[in-house]
Amino acid sequence: MANKILKKEQLIPGQTSKLVIDAPHIAAKAKPGNFVILRVTEHGERIPLTIADTDTENGTITIVYLVLGKSTALLEELNEGDEILDLCGPLGKATQLHTGGTVICVGGGTGIAAMHHIAKGHHQAGNHVVAIIGARTKDLLLFEKELKEFCPEVLISTDDGSYGHHGLVTDLLKERLEKDDSVIEVVAVGPVPMMAAVSKTTEPFGTPTTVSLNSIMVDGVGMCGACRVTVGGETKFACVDGPEFDGHKVDFGELRQRLAAFSSLEKESFEHHCRCKCNDNK
Amino acid sequence: MTTSSKTKKTIAPRVPMPNQPAGERARNFKEVALGYTKEMAMQEASRCLHCKKPKCVQGCPVQVPIADFIAELVKGDVEKAYAVIKSTNSLPAVCGRVCPQEIQCEGACILNAKGQPIAIGRLERFVADEYMYMDACDLISAKPECPYIDEEKKVACIGSGPSSLTVAGYLASRGCKVTVFEALHEVGGVLVYGIPEFRLPKKDIVAKEVGALKDLQVDFVTNYVGGKTFSIEDLKEQGYKAIFVGVGAGLPRFLNIPGENFCGVFSANEYLTRVNLGRAYQFPDYDTPIIKGRKVTVYGGGNVAMDAARTAQRLGAETVHIVYRRTADAMPARHEEIEHAVEEGIILEVLANPIEFKGDEKGNLTSVTLQKMKMGEPDESGRCRPLPIEGETYELETDLAVIAVGTRPNPILLENEPDLKLNKWGYIETDEETNETSIPDVYAGGDIVTGAATVILAMGAGRKAAREIARRFGIED
Repeated sequence: MANKILKKEQLIPGQTSKLVIDAPHIAAKAKPGNFVILRVTEHGERIPLTIADTDTENGTITIVYLVLGKSTALLEELNEGDEILDLCGPLGKATQLHTGGTVICVGGGTGIAAMHHIAKGHHQAGNHVVAIIGARTKDLLLFEKELKEFCPEVLISTDDGSYGHHGLVTDLLKERLEKDDSVIEVVAVGPVPMMAAVSKTTEPFGTPTTVSLNSIMVDGVGMCGACRVTVGGETKFACVDGPEFDGHKVDFGELRQRLAAFSSLEKESFEHHCRCKCNDNK
Repeated sequence: MTTSSKTKKTIAPRVPMPNQPAGERARNFKEVALGYTKEMAMQEASRCLHCKKPKCVQGCPVQVPIADFIAELVKGDVEKAYAVIKSTNSLPAVCGRVCPQEIQCEGACILNAKGQPIAIGRLERFVADEYMYMDACDLISAKPECPYIDEEKKVACIGSGPSSLTVAGYLASRGCKVTVFEALHEVGGVLVYGIPEFRLPKKDIVAKEVGALKDLQVDFVTNYVGGKTFSIEDLKEQGYKAIFVGVGAGLPRFLNIPGENFCGVFSANEYLTRVNLGRAYQFPDYDTPIIKGRKVTVYGGGNVAMDAARTAQRLGAETVHIVYRRTADAMPARHEEIEHAVEEGIILEVLANPIEFKGDEKGNLTSVTLQKMKMGEPDESGRCRPLPIEGETYELETDLAVIAVGTRPNPILLENEPDLKLNKWGYIETDEETNETSIPDVYAGGDIVTGAATVILAMGAGRKAAREIARRFGIED
C-alpha cells in the first residue's frame, strides 16, 4: 500500500527517528534539496520535512524528524507497517550542483539528515565533499556513519566536548577555509542561528554559501505565502523559490521571528494532545 | 427597489432569501443563506416572463437552459428541472451559491428593466439541493446502459478545482475514463481551500458534487503535484489522450510596503487555507493553528476580501476593517457579500491605502499607516483613479492583517513544462476556440489562463475544452 513505513529507527530515543517509506512515485523524481509535505491524521496539519535519502531501485524515501510538537509526536506514534495518511512531493527546487571542487557541507541537529542528501548529490556530481557536523553532545549526533561512506573527511564538533572538537561547527569551518582555497561552495542545514553563523563565517572568504530554510508552510505548492523570506531585500517563497537560498542574502532575524509566530498555539496543540491521550488511557 | 411607472403589469418583488440572523451567524461557520422552500421557489419561478429569446442563457458561461428549467419549476417538476440544469452544469449546488449571478444570468434578465430580475441563482440552488442525493448518472446522460466507460478514452485533469471538475463531469458522462490529479490532500481546489464554509459547506455540497463524479467512475488522485510528482510527458506515456490543465491561480500578491513580513500579516490564501482546508476554526481539535486577531484589517475589495473579513469576525475579532482605496460602490465583490459583511458588523474603511505596517521588537504586527485617498478623474479605462490626499495619513491599530489583492501565476507546473507557451502576463496561452495550449492535446482553463476570476468562468473554460476533447474523440460533432 501507499506511503507504508517499511523501516523505523529511533536515532535518538524519544526525540529523533528515521523512517524509510514506500513511495516509488516520489523516489523516482526526488533530487537532493527536495522536501515532502505530510499529514498523519484526518485532523492533522500539513508539515514539511526534507528528504534525507532516496532509493529509486526500491522506491523508497527516507525522512528524519525531531519530535517538537503534536504533529511530529503523532508521526512518532506510527510503527513499521503503518501508513502515512498523506504524503506529497517531491517539492521545492533541487540543489544546484556545481562540479570540480571541494564542497563543505555543514549540518547541525536534525539538519544533518537533510544535509546528508545534499552532500550525497555533491559527491555524485564529482565534488570532494567535506562534512562538518555538530550537536550538543555525542549522543545527539546523527548520520556520521552514512556520511563517512562517501565523504573523505567528516569533521565533528560537540558543544560539551564529549566527541570531536569542543566548540562550534563554525570553528572547524573557519579553520578549514583558512587552509584550503579549493572550496567552491559551503552548504549549511540546521537551526537558524547555526545557518546564520555559517553564513557570517564564510562571508570574509567570499565563499558562495547555500542554506536550506525550514520556514513555516501550509500548502507547500506556492499558494499561501506563509513561507516567505526576505532574500537580498526581496520577498521569496521558500516552497517554490527555495528552500535553498544564498546565505549571505537571507534576513535570518526575520526568519527567526516568523518561525516563532505560532509557537504558543503549537504548545497549546501539543498540550491538548497530551491531555486527550491521558484521558484515553484512563 | 422602485418599479418604473410606465410598467403596464406590476411585477411582484422577488421572493426574499431566508438568512441566518446577522448577529447569530457572525459567530458561527454555518451557512448564511438558508435556501428556498419548494413553495418559495415555485412562487419565484412564476415571475418569469418566458421570453421567446431568453437573454439569461447568453449571460451564463456554461449556458444552462435557464428558461427551460424555470418552466419545469413553475409546474413543480423539480426532478425535470434538475435534469435540465445538469445537462450543461456539473456543479449546480456550487454555482447556485457562489456565482456572480447579478452580472451574469440575472444581469441579462429582461425583468431588470421593470424591477428585480428572476432570482436564477437561488432557484438553481434550490433545485440542486433537492437532488443532491440522486444518482448523477441517471440524470446527466440519460443513457440506459450508463455507466459505460471506454477505458481507451483516457483523459487526465491536473488540479481539481471547478474547471477540472467540469471537464470530468462532461467527459465521464459521455463515456470517457477521467482521472483528476490534485496536489493537496482534499479534492475541490478553491471550493475547498478558498471559499468559507458559511458560503459553501464542504461536506454537504462540495463533497457531494465530487461524489456524484465518482459515481461516474471519475478517479481522483490526491497529493500528486503536476510538474513535480509527474509531468505532462509522463501522462502521455501512461496513455492519456487528452490532458486538461486547471491548476488555478497561485502565488499571492502582496502590497510591497514596509513591514509586510511581520508576524500577523497573512495573504488571504494562507488565512483562508488554514481555516477552510485545515479547519483551523476548530483548533485545537484540528491541528492547523490560526492567529485569530483582535483588531483585524483586510486589504482589497473583492469576494476574497469579504470572505477573509467575515472569517475573522467569526473567529471572534473585536473589530474587522476592510481597507479599500476606492469607494464602497467600486468594490468588485458581489453586492450580496458586501451587504452580508456589513450586516455582520464589518467596517468598510474606504478611500484608504496602506503604506506601512508597524510591529513590536518581537516582530509582531501592531498597527498600519493608512493614506487617505480621493477619487480622481476617469482614466482611459473609464474607471476613476484613486489619488492620495497629500499629507493626510492616519494610524489604525491592527494585530492581524490579511492581504487580498490577487495572485500571480503559480510557477510549479509552468517552470517544469517549458513547451507550454505563456502569454505576456505569465499565464498559459490557449486557442480561443478550443482552449488547446501550445502542446497538442493539452488544454488549459480557469485562473491559470485568465488570472484570478470566478468559479463559473473557470467552469465555462472547462466546458469549452471538454467539448473539443469530445469532438476529437468522435463523441460529439
